[in-house]
Parts: sequence; structure tokens; C-alpha cells
Amino acid sequence: MVVRALADEGVEYIYGYPGGALLHVYDAIFRQDKITHVLVRHEQAAAHMADGYARASGKPGVALVTSGPGATNTITGIATAYMDSIPMVVLSGQVPSDFIGTDMFQETDMVGISRPIVKHSFLVKRAEDIPEVLRKAFYIAQTGRPGPVVVDLPKDITDINKKFPYEYPNKVKIRSYNPPVKGHSGQIRKAVDLLLKARRPIIYAGGGVIMGQGSEALTELAHLSGAPVTNTLMGLGSFPGTDKQFVGMLGMHGSYTANLAMHHSDLVLAIGARFDDRVTNSTSKFCPTAKIVHVDIDPASIAKTVPVDIPIVGPVDSVLKEMITSVKQAGDIQDQTAMESWWKQINEWRSGRGGGLFPYDPGDGVIIKPQQVIQTLYEVTKNDDAYITTDVGQHQMFTAQYYPFDKPNRWISSGGLGTMGFGFPAAMGVKMNYPDATVACVTGEGSIQMNIQELSTCKQYDLGVKLINVNNRALGMVRQWQDMQYDSRYSHSYMESLPDFKKLVESYGHVGMSVTELKDLRPAMEEAFALKDRLVFLDVSVDSSEHVYPMQIKDGAMRDMWLSKTERT
Amino acid sequence: MRRIISVLVENEPGALSRIVGLFAQRNYNIESLTVAPTEDKTLSRLTVVTDGKPETIEQITKQLNKLIDVVKLVDLTEGTHVERELMLIKVKAGGAMRAEVKRCADIFRGQIVDVTHNVYTIQLAGTGEKLDAFIGAIGEAAILEVARSGVTGIARGEKVLSL
Ligand SMILES: Cc1ncc(C[n+]2csc(CCOP(=O)(O)OP(=O)(O)O)c2C)c(N)n1
Ligand SMILES: [Mg+2]
Repeated sequence: MVVRALADEGVEYIYGYPGGALLHVYDAIFRQDKITHVLVRHEQAAAHMADGYARASGKPGVALVTSGPGATNTITGIATAYMDSIPMVVLSGQVPSDFIGTDMFQETDMVGISRPIVKHSFLVKRAEDIPEVLRKAFYIAQTGRPGPVVVDLPKDITDINKKFPYEYPNKVKIRSYNPPVKGHSGQIRKAVDLLLKARRPIIYAGGGVIMGQGSEALTELAHLSGAPVTNTLMGLGSFPGTDKQFVGMLGMHGSYTANLAMHHSDLVLAIGARFDDRVTNSTSKFCPTAKIVHVDIDPASIAKTVPVDIPIVGPVDSVLKEMITSVKQAGDIQDQTAMESWWKQINEWRSGRGGGLFPYDPGDGVIIKPQQVIQTLYEVTKNDDAYITTDVGQHQMFTAQYYPFDKPNRWISSGGLGTMGFGFPAAMGVKMNYPDATVACVTGEGSIQMNIQELSTCKQYDLGVKLINVNNRALGMVRQWQDMQYDSRYSHSYMESLPDFKKLVESYGHVGMSVTELKDLRPAMEEAFALKDRLVFLDVSVDSSEHVYPMQIKDGAMRDMWLSKTERT
Repeated sequence: MRRIISVLVENEPGALSRIVGLFAQRNYNIESLTVAPTEDKTLSRLTVVTDGKPETIEQITKQLNKLIDVVKLVDLTEGTHVERELMLIKVKAGGAMRAEVKRCADIFRGQIVDVTHNVYTIQLAGTGEKLDAFIGAIGEAAILEVARSGVTGIARGEKVLSL
């Protein structure tokens, strides 16, 4: 019944791992061919695969895990999806109903453990409820502000010998759950008026634009209004990264231009973003001269950390479209001279300090800088419409800075939770569903070892993802903080006894490559991507002393940044 | 600021733990919490008394509303309302004290609901302040046990919290 309901929901792939509490379900999987089950090597990876697929497609990914340890292994994956508002359904086995609460073998209170990190959860009480519960789970996961939903399935209710009339509901109504369908028109008009009359406007767009499928509308609105656009880490790709109105990512490791433009703006139009601490720096010093318009589907996001002048609760896409109409009707009320001097100022920021959004010292031309790895990756893949996932650390920030994304859903990274070990399984989830696409994971030698066992899964399913290991032989991001705040006392931030990654991946039957000099980087990268159907692990030794800049200075305003090891604003 | 928030929730197992969990998880105060089914068997009504800055209270109501099991809620303190708490209190009532305790209960319009030779059990309803005042009047030395229900409340006038 579970499997049939999943098929009726249109699910093609589920990622999972069997166990006692799920044996009925696995037997049902064996006896059908509508749904393909992908056997991972660790349940955390199943959750990240489902998540990666969801981020690329906008549709909920599905993970299936057994009770107890199977379920608890998904917790990091669920929390990752929750923090980034990713639609996902996790089906967990549970001990038989009559034994719940007796500390039976492999019993854990999954609904309880996952409670703070799910959008909602269900413990299925009767077999006949399965279709309705699953329908609701998918509905809740993907509507409103998306999020993960857990469905806990006691073993007895999945017993295939029990037969019930089956009907998959095509509609659901949950009286207590009515996500907004439209923004307030009066507020929208006021926002447009502010936007057009502003002398120094900036659009600050987050992951909500991507999940809310508002990228096209955002791009149109930005072009109509002529305002500069900055993206959060989660919002990269919601506005073309190569557009001249794009001023780079903002926040802790945001561009000098974006952070200064935010600080000096007189109007911030925030769309599907949540003013989190990695963006705002000190909230009391945040954008002192700006009026703030905030568009979000979740009322609880509005005025949570920063007071807002014009709140608009509604789906991003529909609000943006209404704004576009309203801009078109408003006529010529924009002060063109003000806009010109604003752009003049922005372009000065942009061209200062060696030019470009993220200037850096290219080194001696032999040793490879991590920034060069990302720039080369971009050069090699920019015409492939590639999906790029990352792990967490310096390599993640470098990718966000140096790889411009022109389309939504191509940049896949754990923003809110910052989960090391996310990138590889997320890339696998994408590749499984888009077998012809170029899918690469930018990782670090620290992060990759958190889910490296999935090399085996990739072998089993022929998943030709590319792994670019930015190998600095250190937990680079930790080390950077230790350099800056702890007098370079490297407490446990270096990776001794690294494996020979090339041999390691070869032992799984994949292709391993390694480069240590800049001249070999581009040819190696080209060779790796030319091997279309193979998993290639490219281990790149980079300068281990490199830091990610800019870096905002704690307790400062958005404009307060370190620009290099010695310069600050 | 002290706030009384009344919440209609689905009468589902787990709904209460989501609400209590939300308060713990986001570091919101709970001064008291009462919950019972309503005339509609599918709904429970929960009343929570909390305390916090206006921004925090705004977040509390928004976050509560976000829970799928929460159907509707109202911040009673935004308008005029009636607030009541029930207390059952066991008091030493032997010898000379017996009449004195009875008189005190009468003044507060309490009722004696159980009697032994030495003990009165008194039932008293009112605002939290009134119950505190009664406890003060009886004096700690005479009190054997106190059971309070926590606050429940309802808006004055024609405003109703229903589906
Ligand atoms: C699961 C997990 N544990 C710990 C951290 C804290 N952390 C953030 S970045 C980082 C270092 C990552 O090292 P590596 O993957 O080599 O990337 P690098 O910074 O060197 O590029 C650590 C330990 C985390 N984000 N996730
Ligand atoms: Mg590293």
C-alpha cells in the first residue's frame, strides 16, 4: 500500500536502506517495477540524495529507512533540509503498534526525535490511513514554505497480508493549513512606489525565489527597475550570475560591492530571504539608511531579526508578477540621475582593488590557489548547464564566489545547517534523476570523508558524478578562524593521515586523478569532464594557507569587512 | 509583557508536544498552560500564559500558527477578556483556626468542598492575583497543599474563537 501510494504520487526514485521494521515494504518494492529503489550505504546519504534531487527539481525527494538506527541516521539529513526549506518525505519503519513504548529492539520515538526539525510528522495508526497520510505528507512538504515531513510506519500496518480497499485521494484539505496564495495588493503597490522612488535601491534575493519558482519574474523586475541584485548563499542562480546588475553574494563572505551597496542603500527589497545572521552581521547596525520591504511566504520570517517597513506575505512568484504589472503602470517616476550616480558608485566599488567582485592574489603560477580551481571548473563546465553541489567549508564559499550561476536550481549547497558530507550524496540524487546532466560536487578532504562510503553506491548505479576535491590538507574554514581569532593555534583543524584518494576511488572501480601544479589543472579538469559516464575524483592540492575574503567583522555593520589578511574597510 | 494566548488545536496525539516543544526549542516562556477538549470533539483548546517583549510575542503567535495542528489562535490580552484559574487548597483547620479559615474562605467566595477533623479543602476560582491574595491571607504556616489549574480565559462581548 505504501509503495502503491508512492507510485500514485508520481515518485520515481526512493533512496533507502532496509531493516526489520521495513521488510514488508521492501517485499512490496521487490514485487513491482514502477518505483526504483536506490540502495545507499548510510541512511544519512539517503536523506541527502532525496534533498539534492528536491533542490534540483523543486519536487519532494523520498527517503525510506528502517526503525531505530536507520531512522536516527537520517536526522542530520532532515535537519539540513529543514534549515533550507527543502521539500522531502522521510518514511521510517517503526516497531509494531502494540509494542510502541516498550523499548523494543530498534525502537526509537522517531516522531519525537525529529519534531523540532520537521515541518510536520505523522505516525500512521491504521493501514487504511496510509494513502491519505502520504497524500497529506507530500502536500505539506511542497506547499507554502516547503520542508521535510516524516511518516513513521509501524510494522503491522504495512503487513501485505492485510487487505484494505485502496483509494488515493486526488485532493487534500487540511483545515488548519492554508498557505497564502496571493500577496496584499495595497502593500505591493506601496512597495513598488518605494522601489521606484528610491535613489539607492537594492534587491536582496534568497532561496525562497528558487523554491518559489520566481527567478524569471525576479529577473524581469530587476531589469525593469534597474536596481542592483545581490543573492544570499541559498539564492544563487535566482538571478543570472553573469548579469551586469548582479553584484555578487552578500553577507559574511559576500562581495565588497554587495555588502557596501546594502549598507548604503535607501531601499532594500528582500525577496524569499530571511535576514539570517550570516547575512546581516550585527542587526542593530544593519542598513542604517534603508527602508525595508520584505516579501516572504512565511509570516514568521518577517520581522524575525530585523524590523520591516513593508511586509508582504505571499508566494514570491505571484507577488513579483504583481509588482511587475504595477511597475509598468507606474510610468516614469524614477529619478534617473539618482540611479546613474548610484550605479557610478557601485561600479567604483566593483572596479576598485584589482577589479571584479572577488579579487585575490593569484600566487606564483605554480602552486594552485583554491579560487583557481573554481574558476577553472567554471570555464570547463559553463556551457554544460551543470549542476554544482558543495560540501561545507572554504571550498563552499569559494564556489559561491567564483562560479556564477545563470539558472536557478543549479547551485546545491547546505546553507542553513552547513552540513559537511552533504555535497556528494546530493550530487548523486541529482545525477540519478538527470542522468545526462553534468553534475559535479566541489568538496574538501575533510567533508568528503563524511560520506565517502557512497562511492560504492555510485558503482552499483553507474552514477557518473564528478568530485572536485579542493585538498588543502586542513579543515580550512576552522583553520581560518583560528588564524584570525586564536593566534593560529591549529587545535584539531588539520587532517593528518589522509588516504591516497586516487587509489581509494580506484579500488571502488572509479577513475581517480590528482594534480599539484597549476599548469596541469585545466587539462586534468577537461579530461575528467570528458569521461562522461564515469565517476571521476579529481584530487587537487591547493595552497593551504589561503583564506576566504571578504570576511565580515563580528558585531560590525554589513560594510565592516576584512578584505585580505592585512586590509580591512 | 504578560500575555494570554488561546489556541484551538486538532485533537490529535502529539499536537500538545509540538506546542510545548516549540516553546522549549525557541526559548519562549510558559507561565502556565491548560488544555482540554472543546464542545467540538475534534478540537482542543489550549491556553498558555507567557511573558516576553512585543517582538517575541509576535514570533510566538506566528510560530504557533505555523504548526500544522494549530487551527486558530487569539491573543486574549489584546482585548478585554475574562481570566480565571481554579485552585484546590488544603488548609489546617483545627481548633481555634477552624472558624477563622471559614471566614477567610467566605470573604474570597471560596467553597469548602471536603472536611476532616483538622483539615478543610477549599475550592477557589478567580484571577491568579486573587488566588495569590488568598494564599497570603491564609498564611504559609497553615497551608498543607495547593493545586492550581493554570489560567484559562475567554474574550468579553460577542467575539468568539471558533472555526
Ligand atoms: C558535520 C559538520 N561538522 C563540523 C562542521 C564544522 N566545520 C565547518 S567547515 C569545517 C572544515 C571543513 O573542511 P574541508 O571539508 O576540508 O573544507 P575546507 O574548509 O578545507 O575547504 C568544519 C569542521 C560542519 N560544518 N559540519
Ligand atoms: Mg580542507
